[in-house]
Amino acid sequence: MTRISVQVDGDHYTDEVEPRTLLVHYLRERIGKTGTVVGCDTSNCGACTVLLDGKSVKSCNMLAVQADGHEVTTVEGLAIDGTLHPMQQAFHDKHALQCGYCTPGMIMASIDLLNDNPHPSEDEIRVGLEGNLCRCTGYQNIVKAVQQAAGSEQS
Amino acid sequence: MTATDERPAEQAHEIGTSRTRKEDQHLITGHSTWVDNMVLPGMVHLAILRSPMAHAKITSIDASGARKYPGVVAAFTGADFADTQGNLPCAWPVTPDMVNPGAPSLAVEQVNFAGDAVAVVAARTKAEAVDALESIEVEYDPLPPVLDLEAALADGSTLVHPNTTSNKCYTWVFDSADAGSGASMDDARRDAEVTVTRRFIQQRLSPSYMEPRSTLVQPVDQGVTIWSSTQIPHILRTMLALTLGIPEHKVRAIAPDVGGGFGGKITITPEEVITTLVARRLGKPAKYTETRSETLEAAHHGRAQIQDITITAKQDGTVTGLDVHLTADLGAYLRLITPGIPLLGAFMYPGIYKFPAYHLSCDGVFTTKVPTDAYRGAGRPEATFAIERIMDELAAELKMDPLALRRKNWIAHEEFPFTTVAGLTYDTGNYEAATDKAVELVGWEDLRAEQARRREAKDPVQLGLGVSTFTEMCGIAPSRVLGSLSFGSGGWENASIRMLPTGKVEVVTGISPHGQGHETGFSQIVADRLGIPFDDIEIIHGDTQSSPKGLDTYGSRSLSVGGIAVVKAVDKVIEKARRVAAHMLEASQDDLEFEAGSFSVKGAPGSSVSLPEIAFAVFVAHDLPDGMEPSLNSEATYDPVNFSFPHGTHLCATEVDTETGRVKILKYACVDDVGTPINPLLIDGQVHGGLAQGIAQALYEEAVYDDAGNLVTGTFVDYTLPAAPDLPNFLTDRTVTPSTDNPLGVKGVGEAGTIASTPAVVNAIVDALRPLGINNIQMPCTPERVWRAIQSSGANDQGSAAASTQEHFDSTEGDAQ
Ligand code: FES
Ligand code: FES
Repeated sequence: MTRISVQVDGDHYTDEVEPRTLLVHYLRERIGKTGTVVGCDTSNCGACTVLLDGKSVKSCNMLAVQADGHEVTTVEGLAIDGTLHPMQQAFHDKHALQCGYCTPGMIMASIDLLNDNPHPSEDEIRVGLEGNLCRCTGYQNIVKAVQQAAGSEQS
Repeated sequence: MTATDERPAEQAHEIGTSRTRKEDQHLITGHSTWVDNMVLPGMVHLAILRSPMAHAKITSIDASGARKYPGVVAAFTGADFADTQGNLPCAWPVTPDMVNPGAPSLAVEQVNFAGDAVAVVAARTKAEAVDALESIEVEYDPLPPVLDLEAALADGSTLVHPNTTSNKCYTWVFDSADAGSGASMDDARRDAEVTVTRRFIQQRLSPSYMEPRSTLVQPVDQGVTIWSSTQIPHILRTMLALTLGIPEHKVRAIAPDVGGGFGGKITITPEEVITTLVARRLGKPAKYTETRSETLEAAHHGRAQIQDITITAKQDGTVTGLDVHLTADLGAYLRLITPGIPLLGAFMYPGIYKFPAYHLSCDGVFTTKVPTDAYRGAGRPEATFAIERIMDELAAELKMDPLALRRKNWIAHEEFPFTTVAGLTYDTGNYEAATDKAVELVGWEDLRAEQARRREAKDPVQLGLGVSTFTEMCGIAPSRVLGSLSFGSGGWENASIRMLPTGKVEVVTGISPHGQGHETGFSQIVADRLGIPFDDIEIIHGDTQSSPKGLDTYGSRSLSVGGIAVVKAVDKVIEKARRVAAHMLEASQDDLEFEAGSFSVKGAPGSSVSLPEIAFAVFVAHDLPDGMEPSLNSEATYDPVNFSFPHGTHLCATEVDTETGRVKILKYACVDDVGTPINPLLIDGQVHGGLAQGIAQALYEEAVYDDAGNLVTGTFVDYTLPAAPDLPNFLTDRTVTPSTDNPLGVKGVGEAGTIASTPAVVNAIVDALRPLGINNIQMPCTPERVWRAIQSSGANDQGSAAASTQEHFDSTEGDAQ
């Protein structure tokens, strides 16, 4: 067992974890952050994407102990006092989700994408989200949502 | 209503509006209720040991070692449940002599596909359960795998199941002459001026919903509560009761948030049964969540057919007959509707065309692969692919324009209702309008000119144009028709309306949405019909305790069957309310009109009473008409009179790089006619997602087995779902030809994109390469397959360059079946 100390969505947690515990399992099973989900076992789907110190990571692809001393933001930490993050709002407005399973990861990856490139082209959005799979939407409305959040919608 | 709004009252506000979804809030904030999120006190986690062999006798199995592992509560093998597990249900005996060899959830004596469950461990954590799997000792005596469909049918083939005499499960036949719906195919063949025959392969696909399946079972008194990631909680309840002998009224099934299904969650799974058995044996809640590898290797696949198709025609292009033989890979066992999947397509091979004669036969075949069952479209994408591909082949044979050939043969809009050679009556349609609009939308003439330019210039990147003019049968289904096909259930749907004292409304539906947006769409329908604000309506579903009667969600049925049940229940509420309103207004019921949520006396302005006022009056029940029970609540069960027949025209332009085999979709345009649109935003969403899946079949996805019967596409590394850069921006539009078979005029949209798009893409690729003498490319049309086709056509004489490129490819093609 290893002691880790992490900040998740603004709260501090100190826990003993097995060194093999994946960050996503720590988030879901230990501290109840079930908004972050698992869609694969090969780091392909991106459903588990969170921000680590503001950069997107696939939380199935790192160990909880590697998050020691870091700050994690999940989809549950985005809305402030009931006001949706602009990316959450954009996903709703543009119907960028159907079943919603990919959505937490897709929203986190989209936020990271705009942090890196505030005014992406459609192609840059598509390539930037390549690590996140969605089976429901065909991605078209996800692209539109990111464009809305970037303020670069074509009417 | 404002003075300027001239739309009829009933459609004034909601229907036809692109409302954003009421479902979204909890999903975008991470407060979702996936089964795997749930934890119950004392719950054990399950891990399943699966067969590494495609086909083998289990000569010994010992799980006792697992019980010594830390955290392990119990471990079981098939022998532990042999007396209680029964067989997984198959609800569709398609012929009287269909062979069902049985389907145990945990294999007892023999495994029949790589991934078959052989043992289960229950532990305090998932990790501990998985760790303990390695201690279970199993000895297998291997049997030859049965992989090739035609070899499986040959005399002397290894039998998948020792209790059968052949790997053939059934032969099902439709013949238009015998059915009285058309002429004889034998005559059509004899008299044909032109005959074109092709073999198409429908590769195996994994539905690949993003949420892996998960099941949690809590033993309760003599029964269970089961939460499952399923499309069919009602059917699960009944079938679990029948399979395990639990009284049905002691089973409560709940489908909370479900992360996609696409047909992949319309079955009773071995894992649901195993989890139930373990929970009951231990007297503890038990949860099983599959890994993605388990989804791919053990959850059912779809498609998997060989299609041998012959079309006959006159020289002028008039089609005269269609003859189809299917060889359907059922996999190792029959799941809920495995044998019927090809039959769901059997009536759709004639498509939108006026064939005088039609014959179809289908052999269902057992193999040592994971079972097949429904995947989005279920039988109808296969049918549409075959007919739309062969129409292009016929056009090429006749040197006709593919659109002109279609125009010559399709049902003209004034010919509806039209009974097809397969015996279905299409109520409405307007193929001309949809096609004209699609041609315009995609810029067809310009694309043809560009194609000619590239051909002329011998451009290494050629352009191809593909057409798919399709219809589908949706709204599953009229119960009588299902009965005539020996299906084990009806096709009705149920709804009830609960009027609350404050005028709010609860709508209980028997459908079970998992991403479609039915809560929003149904709320729109009820809002308009009852004149109650959208936000005052709650849609309740997915729990057999609160929504006790239903047949769930599949086959694009939720709106065209489930939505109509809601309408019927609403109408009963209005009729009950009318009686109370007449009493309150001291008027005759006949003198009342109901508009925008209020009853008023015709010709007496100012006298009105609103539905919320009536609801409250009924709640207090102080002064009701004599003999009236104090309730407005109403229930309706609606059995559709017919299927619904959405249609559309999909046009695709692809670039094909003749040097590398790379295919790129340049433009994709579709005009779908789904009847009266309830919510265009949701319709477009369904179309986009459907297109992505249909295009993925054409270009990207295939479940591949090696010669030993091992799945080699067992992760998302190898089973390649398209990501955002792999798909184009879709151009979508609609025509509206309302269905005349239901009061909303709706037709259903869940499967349209998937059904229509696959042949549009492949037709485009073949069109690009036809000058090289290429008339087919097997799906998925990967760069390797396209490149090989070009090479073997001999058209691209690149000498040593070709030879040196060849070295980089594996010399064996993937197993296509
Ligand atoms: S769960 Fe699929 S990438 Fe993390
Ligand atoms: S919304 Fe269902 S997987 Fe993306």
